[in-house]
Amino acid sequence: MKLRVYAIAYLIFLYAPIFLLPLFAFNQGTIIAFPLSGFTTEWFGELAKTKALHAAVQNSLFIALMTAVFSTLLGMCAARAGAMANFPGKRGIMGFVMLPLVLPEIIVAVSLLVILRQVLGVNLSNWTIIAAHVLICTPFCIAILNGAFQNLDPAMEEAALDLGESRWSAFRLVTLPLVMPGIISSMLIAFTISLDEFIIAFFLTGTNPTMPVYIWGLLRFPASLPVVMALGTLLVALSIILLTIAEILRRRGIAKAGGTDKGGFL
Amino acid sequence: MSALIQLTAVQKYYGDYHALRDINLTINEGEFFSLLGPSGCGKTTLLRTIAGFEGVSEGAVMIAGKDMSDVPPNLRPTNMVFQSYAIFPHLSVAENVAFGLRKSGMGKPEKAAAVKDALNMVGLDGYGDRAAHALSGGQRQRVALARALILKPKVLLLDEPLSALDKKMREHMQVELIRLQRAVGITFILVTHDQEEALVMSDRIAVMFEGEIGQLADPESLYRRPNSRRVAEFIGKMNFINGTASATDEGAKLLVPGLGKCTIPAEQFPQGVTTGDVAIGIRPETLAVLFEGDKAPRFEAEAVVDEVVYYGDMTYYDVRVAEVEKPLTIAMKNLIGRPVLDVGAKTRIAWDERSLVVF
Ligand SMILES: Nc1ncnc2c1ncn2[C@@H]1O[C@H](COP(=O)(O)OP(=O)(O)OP(=O)(O)O)[C@@H](O)[C@H]1O
Ligand SMILES: [Mg+2]
Repeated sequence: MKLRVYAIAYLIFLYAPIFLLPLFAFNQGTIIAFPLSGFTTEWFGELAKTKALHAAVQNSLFIALMTAVFSTLLGMCAARAGAMANFPGKRGIMGFVMLPLVLPEIIVAVSLLVILRQVLGVNLSNWTIIAAHVLICTPFCIAILNGAFQNLDPAMEEAALDLGESRWSAFRLVTLPLVMPGIISSMLIAFTISLDEFIIAFFLTGTNPTMPVYIWGLLRFPASLPVVMALGTLLVALSIILLTIAEILRRRGIAKAGGTDKGGFL
Repeated sequence: MSALIQLTAVQKYYGDYHALRDINLTINEGEFFSLLGPSGCGKTTLLRTIAGFEGVSEGAVMIAGKDMSDVPPNLRPTNMVFQSYAIFPHLSVAENVAFGLRKSGMGKPEKAAAVKDALNMVGLDGYGDRAAHALSGGQRQRVALARALILKPKVLLLDEPLSALDKKMREHMQVELIRLQRAVGITFILVTHDQEEALVMSDRIAVMFEGEIGQLADPESLYRRPNSRRVAEFIGKMNFINGTASATDEGAKLLVPGLGKCTIPAEQFPQGVTTGDVAIGIRPETLAVLFEGDKAPRFEAEAVVDEVVYYGDMTYYDVRVAEVEKPLTIAMKNLIGRPVLDVGAKTRIAWDERSLVVF
């Protein structure tokens, strides 16, 4: 009984702020405070009209997509090497690969800015942000993909080789379908991390801000707070939909491969 | 019978670990060959060097007269049944079996017919549409067999294919595998740590210890004339008595403490006639407990029953004989009217000098 009370209190603590988002997104008043003053979709309309926002969202989606693809690719290489190959110094190397997971983002951001601008003289653009996001997302991808690759019987790929396939087609025909649930999870996590990453984007953004940077800019004008709320509501909805799709795909993948479900996100 | 696989002076190192030590081996066409040995002795490693999953550090692997050193596994005329079976769980049974035909250039109907034949051969007709992950252990094993045999390899490599099955199923599949091997005429190389399985199934057996081949022989020679104590101890059960030998023209005079004296020919010394202290090996079924009225055909001795293990068809007695340090194990068939002795019973035992092996 007590446990249930704790659980409910915890859930309220977790989710109350998020439930407030849609509440104020549909509220007529410009001030974020109770009591509510009537229903409106005005703020969503505002969103639809703001050209600068559209550009920011487009940037963010592009960056997040690229980050998801590249960090998952890198993660696959690392996880596969970690699971299947044996090489000297493997443990140490894997440890270093995972390090960005605990590195403060502000350090990564500052050092990247210095290196890119001062040392390499690269112009800041979406690609510099993508590079930085790949850096911070890859460890997450490796962590997720490690699970997928370690569950895989190494004999699977060998069996395909033995049956006449080349290394690449053995990977494509057997390994890839079997780790696909992990790949989807990994891309999704990287996508989400990149989409709402602020510090690095703030430091490395070129002339076009990403969505979090744009939102941060809006916060200086109290009048635009409800618009931020509306944007937040859309983002929450998008996240839930994406997570649900990923989870459905993941479960289907496991059922198809005949495995037993060992966790996941939901 | 012509040689199909030839390994010459093969050495394999994993870092500092010497996994295969100077392996010289010839395996013939159409042979059922077994690699037998305790866990970790290098059986899988040897099989994988033949399949091409492991390169050799030194020496050469030849298959059908061709040097295999630069030939990857997908281009070797070998197919493998893995210990875990490695059935692709995302494909159906038929898709699994047809997997190796992708590059064969066969048309769809041809493939379907080949798959049907292959499934038929392993007794799985009608299972083609099943999901591979919904199969039992024995069925998976058959799918793995069908998947490998459909390619008509020169050699089928089997890594402990029966160890995951229960006893009944294992015995059934042993017979099935022998039948299948005779039917297709393909060379089978079986890895096993189960000496009984090796004896039942093989034309020839290589017994491996710590990366080297201890003895290579047909099952009967292996059982009757093990060439070393470790082979004798690994294949079946063997009693050992410390005795003394003195050489004669034909062989040796033997003093077996507690049992008596005898003369045996040189061929009962697999490592050559030695004199002085020797270890004398006696198989449990070549000894016999004598019941009322039984007469020993050759020699007999007094004994006391120390332990009785009843197996239904057999009874294993451990008996103590004066001057013999360890109890001797004797295997007796439970024939009609033959009683089972109690622990502590005094009895006589029979032995025969022709069954002794001396090291
Ligand atoms: N990739 C590897 N790297 C290092 N050592 C290895 C490797 N593969 C095998 N070994 C070692 O080589 C030895 C022989 O291994 P192998 O798998 O051939 O044994 P096995 O006879 O098949 O044993 P089992 O009956 O347990 O399967 C073992 O000591 C093992 O630890
Ligand atoms: Mg093995």
